[in-house]
Formats: sequence, C-alpha cells, structure tokens
Amino acid sequence: MGEYSIQELTSIFAMQGFAGLSLFSVLLLMALGLAIIFGQMGVINMAHGEFMAVGAYTTYLISVISENYFPGFIQYYFVFAIIASFIVAGAFGYLTEFVLIRHLYKRPLDTLLATWGLSLIMQQSFRSLFGAREVSPTLPDWLMGSYQPTESIYIPINGMFVLGLTTVVTIVVYILMYKSKWGLAVRATTQNRVMSGAVGINTKKIDRLTFALGCGIAGIAGAAFTTIASTGPTSGSLYIVDTFMVVVFGGAASLFGTIASAFTIAQAQSILEFFISGSMAKVFTLLTLVIILMMRPEGLFSIKVRK
Amino acid sequence: MLEVSDLHVSYGQSEVIHGISFEAKKNETLAIMGRNGMGKTTLFKSLIGILDAGQGTIKIDGQDVTAYESYQRVASGIAYVPQGRMIFPTLSVQENIETGMQISDIKQVPKDIYDLFPVLFDMRHRKGGNLSGGQQQQLAIARALVTNPKVLLLDEPTEGIQPSIIKDIANILNDIQHTRDITIIVSEQVLSFTLAIADRLIVIDSGTFIHEDLREDVDVEQISKYLSV
Repeated sequence: MGEYSIQELTSIFAMQGFAGLSLFSVLLLMALGLAIIFGQMGVINMAHGEFMAVGAYTTYLISVISENYFPGFIQYYFVFAIIASFIVAGAFGYLTEFVLIRHLYKRPLDTLLATWGLSLIMQQSFRSLFGAREVSPTLPDWLMGSYQPTESIYIPINGMFVLGLTTVVTIVVYILMYKSKWGLAVRATTQNRVMSGAVGINTKKIDRLTFALGCGIAGIAGAAFTTIASTGPTSGSLYIVDTFMVVVFGGAASLFGTIASAFTIAQAQSILEFFISGSMAKVFTLLTLVIILMMRPEGLFSIKVRK
Repeated sequence: MLEVSDLHVSYGQSEVIHGISFEAKKNETLAIMGRNGMGKTTLFKSLIGILDAGQGTIKIDGQDVTAYESYQRVASGIAYVPQGRMIFPTLSVQENIETGMQISDIKQVPKDIYDLFPVLFDMRHRKGGNLSGGQQQQLAIARALVTNPKVLLLDEPTEGIQPSIIKDIANILNDIQHTRDITIIVSEQVLSFTLAIADRLIVIDSGTFIHEDLREDVDVEQISKYLSV
C-alpha cells in the first residue's frame, strides 16, 4: 500500500466503504426476503434470485413503457416501479406457494430441488421474453451523478438512494414481524405449525402471505438492483449464494443478525476487492465465514432458550 | 356441549380409536383415564382436528365440526392444551398468550387471565422456553382460555410436573370451572388429580371406553386396577 498517500487512502476507504454500503443494501434487501422465507418458514428457496430478477425486469418494463408513451412521467416512474416490482414479485410468490411450496413443508430438503428447478424455468423464461442480452432501465436524472464532499471523494447518488430505500424497507419489515398481529402469527406458525392451528391461527393463509411477502421484498431488491447494475436472465442467481451466506451467517430468524451479517460480508468484500483481486477477496471472506461458523454453528445472533 | 359419535381414528392402516361415542354437558368436567398407549392423545388430537377422523361426527354446541380444520374448530369454541405443553419457546410469555387472541379478536390480555395466573404477569416479558414446566403448563392453559372456549381440552396436564404444582393446577381448573361457562375434558393417569376436579370419569382401554362413573360413585380400587400396568 506504499504508493498511496494518507489522503488518498482515506478517500479510497470512504468510497470503497460506500460501494460496500450499496452492495450491503442490495444484499440486505435480498436477505430480508430470504430470512423470512428460509429463516422463518424453513423453505430453501433457490429461486429467490429469480424473484429479484422479476422485480428488475418489472422496473425495466415500466421504464420502457413510460419512455415510449408517457415521456413526461420519466422523472417519477421509478417510485411506481418499486411498488409494481413488489406487487408483481409478491404475486408470483403467492402463486408459487400455492402451486409448489405448500406441498413440501414436511420435506424441507425437497424444496431445494423444486425451487432450483423453478429458478431454471424462470431464467429460461426471462431469456425467451427479454433476450439473453442484459438490459437497463433509463434512470431519471435525479438518480444520476454523485455527491462530492471533498476533492477526491465521489459518492454516487443512486447508491445513497438504494441505502435509503433499504432502511425504509428494513424498518417496515421489523414493524410487520415484531409489532403486528400478523407478524406474531407468522412467528408462531414457523415455530410450531400444528400447534398454531390449534390455537386458532389459519396457518395456510399465513404461509402463503409470508412467502409472498418474502418474494415481494426480493422484487424491491430487483428494482434497487437496476440502479447499480444491468439486468440479465442470470443476474438473480449471481446473488443467491451470497444471500444464503448472509442469512446463515446472521443466524436464521434474527433480523438484527441478518443486518449485521450483510454489513460485514459486503464491507469485507468491497474493501478487500480494491487491494486484492475480486476472487481473492471472496476467498478471504468465505474462509473467515467458515471459521466463524465452525465456532458458532447457529450464526452470529441466535435466540437462546433452554432445550 | 361436546357430542362425539362413533369416532374412528387411524394412523395409516392401523385403527387406534374404535368407534367412541360420548357427550360432555355444559359446565361439566369430564376425565378420560387410561394407561400409556391406550389412545388418549389420539382421541384429543382428533377432537381438535390435528388428526382426521376416519368415521363419525364431532359436534360443538350443536355445530358439526368434523370437516373443519383446527383453526376453524377453535373459532367454533374448542380449545386445546396439548401433552407436553407445546408453548412457543422463543416468543415471550405475553406473545404466547396473544397467539390465542387472534381468533377471539381481543386487543389486550384480559385482566382475569393474569389474576388467574399471577406468575405469568410477573414473567410476561420472558421467553416462553425459559419457564419451568409448571409455569409452561399455566401458560398453555392461559393461551387456550383467551380463545374464549366453550370446551377446553387438556391432555395430561400433570405430566412431568412436581406434586405441589399439581395441586395448584387442580385449584386453577376448579376456579375456571366456577367462573366461566365451560366444559372441561381432561385426560389423565393420576387418579388423585382427577378426583379433585372431575364430575365424571371414563376409562379408555385400547381405543374403546370400558368403564364410566360419576365421581360420587367412583370405586378407587377398581379404577386403579385399570390404570396399573
């Protein structure tokens, strides 16, 4: 690191740190949905990345439509695209639960195979519908450019937007899961499905809505994803391993753990990437993770009760 | 209040409950006694809808609930305290009680519940899984009571609980019986506990009822013989 001056190093850390925050935001959005589906319901949803792609393609479609038919709308479409991504991905999730997942609650490992198949089907559908080439929506002007606090530090505005969006979604998820009647029903159902039915909770309805919510949040992640990278048929699958890593490392069923673990993994990745190559950065992150998980198999934060 | 007629329950091909019929009247406490493996828990699970009845009907307050799922039966007025308590270990005590309030649409834990179980009020912010066995049993009863049941099922409430607490639980059940319009059906192996709470005793053996007595007429020796291995 000898060739960098102190000031340059500070700028590098600030900018890489912020790049890490953007990665953290997308990872956290993905992981929130997965933490609900995997952490709470125990379903190993390999198609989670594809639900993110559904959100990204929804955003792209809305951008194309507003560009061609409502040019005056182009500055504002993105807000609607986020909501639409949530609804479309959530609706897909609802359907998937009804057709596929609900038959597999008693066989959690089979959900892995079934949803992996689903992810292949979805990837091919994207390819047939949108082509193999990556697409990008036209971003409104207010998302472009960067903020420059000092001469050598550039903070991209789209990154800040994604960070803000993630904060809002995280708070909403927290309130839903821990402060609402519905969240209580979800947490009860995931702990003991049979007993929840026997205290009067309609567990089938809860399962369906929970899965739909998880997929809907993946859709929001997809909308956010379009602001920092272009979308291809396999974009989602690139993130699925990292996302599972975040959920397992954080400790399933712990919202705070998910946030902490997404932050750690994204920052480690992003700062290391600048000094060593991307794949070596990944090796280091994974190695550290494996060692920590060997010492704490239940993840960083897990709820302790006596057995 | 609860009418069961010709109930058959099977696990796969092997039938465990062979055509049981009984009726529990309003404000009655009925005890179903029997050794391990005689079908008590199977009977209770089929009453609450965890196991499907192969044949027969179950009626609560005249309403046929045989085809209902568990949560619909709870809405019709039956509540269940399972063997081994089955509270939600990582939910707080208060949240555990609130799971039962989803169906009855009560907003706050009713005062009479905490009056009945003062220990639950003191521990309302603790995780359910960190309570002792007796406390968990009280929590499971509280969780069932907030659904406002007409019929309360308790499956071996004394199992794994120390003798002094067993007396407390008997007192609590008698309290509930006096203060609410409720039919209580309890499955048990401990005769002294049953005699402290029940109006009527039925002995179950290999999936059929073989003996029935009002408490006044109980021949303790005879029933003990049925219960001994």
